[in-house]
Amino acid sequence: MSVRVQEADFDVGAELSHLTDGNKRIGGLAVFVGLVREMHVREGYHRDRVDAMTLEHYPGMTERALEEIEAEARRRWPLEATLIVHRYGRLEAGDRIVLVAVGSPHREAAFEACEFLVDWLKTKAPFWKLEETPAGEKWVGAHVGDDAAAARWEKKS
Amino acid sequence: MKVRYFAWMKRTVGVPEEDVAPPAEVATVGDLVVWLRHRSPGHAEALAEGAAFGAAVDQRTATFDVKLAGVREVAFFPPFTGG
Repeated sequence: MSVRVQEADFDVGAELSHLTDGNKRIGGLAVFVGLVREMHVREGYHRDRVDAMTLEHYPGMTERALEEIEAEARRRWPLEATLIVHRYGRLEAGDRIVLVAVGSPHREAAFEACEFLVDWLKTKAPFWKLEETPAGEKWVGAHVGDDAAAARWEKKS
Repeated sequence: MKVRYFAWMKRTVGVPEEDVAPPAEVATVGDLVVWLRHRSPGHAEALAEGAAFGAAVDQRTATFDVKLAGVREVAFFPPFTGG
């Protein structure tokens, strides 16, 4: 039941201990940690290596969007604990970007809700990545696969 | 009303935010886009027809038919790329 947007890194072990402390109804905790991947982007005839990126966000709207996504997960699955920590600012390859953790009495709900949260935050939370390459800065375009992943969870009604 | 721009749109427009007072006939987010295009070449480029951008009204994602009456803040931004 917690959403944080911060510039600082987070300690996964400490976050998970804190999340489950004192709640003995949790039988499974599913965790996703997103990292900055070193990438090679082919553009034209040049091959650019991405060493770092700056993550911009919309303070205020970001927190609200993440809280709404979290609330939706709690409507869909019986969850005992949820945590989303998303970083912004300059991040280098290998750095942690996002932590999503979901605790539930049973593992199925934890796995599913964790995947749902990651898929939806990619397409519904206002973050933008600016990549640094040897050739200069480049805004990342939206990934079509992310929309498809998020759309899997749209309710048919 | 405050208008905010994010990511590449902020750089193209040239400012992160501005206070604007559009006339009464600018009734929707879509109307505002058309009206803002006349402010500068940067605005015209960032908010060009066919450019891929979305909007938020008072910090909630909004479609271009949303009414502006009583709205304090409108934001324009490219598709999200977090996570």
